[in-house]
Amino acid sequence: MSDHPAPILSLQNVWVEYGDKIVLEKVDLDIAEGSFVSIIGPSGAGKSSLLRLILGQERPTRGKIMLDGRPLAPECGPDRGVVFQRYSVFPHLSVLGNTVFGLECEQAPLLARLFGFARRAATAEATEMLNAVGLGNSLHQYPAQLSGGMQQRLAIAQALIKRPRILLLDEPFGALDPGIRADMHGLIKQLWRDYALTIIMVTHDIREAFTLGTRVLALDKRRHDPHAPHRFGATAVYDLALRGDADPAAAEALSVSLNQVSSS
Amino acid sequence: MRWVNRHASRSERILLGSLPILSLVLLYLFAAAQRHAANPVDKILPLPASMARSMYALMFQADQLSGQFVFWVDTLASLQRLGLGLGIATVTALIVGLVLGVLPPVRATLGPLVTGIAVIPPIALLPILFIALGLGETAKVALIVIGIAPVMVRDIAAHVAALPAEQIVKAQTLGASSWQIMIRVALPQAMPRLIQTVRLSLGPAWVFLISAEAIASDVGLGYRIFLVRRYLSMDVIIPYVAWIALLAILMDVMLARLSKRGFPWAHGASH
Repeated sequence: MSDHPAPILSLQNVWVEYGDKIVLEKVDLDIAEGSFVSIIGPSGAGKSSLLRLILGQERPTRGKIMLDGRPLAPECGPDRGVVFQRYSVFPHLSVLGNTVFGLECEQAPLLARLFGFARRAATAEATEMLNAVGLGNSLHQYPAQLSGGMQQRLAIAQALIKRPRILLLDEPFGALDPGIRADMHGLIKQLWRDYALTIIMVTHDIREAFTLGTRVLALDKRRHDPHAPHRFGATAVYDLALRGDADPAAAEALSVSLNQVSSS
Repeated sequence: MRWVNRHASRSERILLGSLPILSLVLLYLFAAAQRHAANPVDKILPLPASMARSMYALMFQADQLSGQFVFWVDTLASLQRLGLGLGIATVTALIVGLVLGVLPPVRATLGPLVTGIAVIPPIALLPILFIALGLGETAKVALIVIGIAPVMVRDIAAHVAALPAEQIVKAQTLGASSWQIMIRVALPQAMPRLIQTVRLSLGPAWVFLISAEAIASDVGLGYRIFLVRRYLSMDVIIPYVAWIALLAILMDVMLARLSKRGFPWAHGASH
């Protein structure tokens, strides 16, 4: 991992509380441009909360989030792309329509539709992006006609056409068959290299976290009060930078210790 | 074999579906024949021949007083009122439902009002409509609109609000504004539901139409039925009711076709 002086994303002393329930406490995090950060942790450790914070879907109760040195707007925007586990694509639009949508929103504020030359240019750009994710032969199909893996490919193409500063993946391959999942790992790794992306991925799958990530964050509670478990929030308990291909022995050791953490 | 697994083929379905209808018709004919055997001028259960005679007169012979072909004038007047009422209600439901469903501040502002209007029995408002709008066409159309629009609005708003949050977030990460989300994400996905809602509202719309025509009108299918009731003219009432049923079925089938044709993505794999 390269040592950029200014991180693309920086969380400073971030807390998330719902009423008296503390989900995240004192999260300090700098994410370097071009990194592929995997976030793992047991259920309820605030992985999704952290992702929603970065996405702008939620605000931190305390603390600051800076994107490119500027405070993050408290709503979603085109500088942060996202792929969810499900419902990421629009069922009423064809594959091409889903991908062109991002360009239409930007270029046609009133109608969100393009015509003539602008339309042809947008279609060409979308087609190129769809070729890159391997959907070049399904341009005019609807999402309901696609397999789960193809729908996720579409969701990725749809997000990438906006050239987001950060791509957020929320368990994107969790609902896929193992074989398809391996294909998708290859695809996302290649896109990450080709488009020089910064990716933050939440996953349940520790193996996936280590095969894909250049950095693995494990969220969990540092402290635990058995009488009031909701009063302590989770934070990054492990922060591992991986160089190139992950060291399988280290991964194995971490996964063992993580399992102990999550089962304790 | 369990009954839950017995699926009828197409021809079997047609046969099975027509059985109850045919038996009802036969039962009627039997009862009518019985009554006519006892009293040849019975008016309560007219025989098909007398219904055909009356209807022929209404359809193809100009009325002596007005010079109009009563059946067609009635049909046209009723369909016009129904069409206007349904049209206004549908457009209202789409626009208001969409805005309520997509924009939380509007939902907070207008939601309780729409709910309040929806729980008022529309027939109770009929006197107000007649007083405020007179006895003309406006009051009848307004009754249909007030009768069906609130339920349609609530249905569309609920459907739009229930779109997966992921979709709305995704649209925002693609740079969509509230307006763009409304017209490109929510509107197209509300359309099949809108057609479904119109189909379900056809029944109540007819109820309100016939009610309005029965109370104050000088033409229309409902008016005619309530007029000839005074003379026990079952030979007119029964064909009129059958005609209303036929019109309603035709509208329902057309709307179902329209939805399948226009929004194939909403109807499963068949596109």
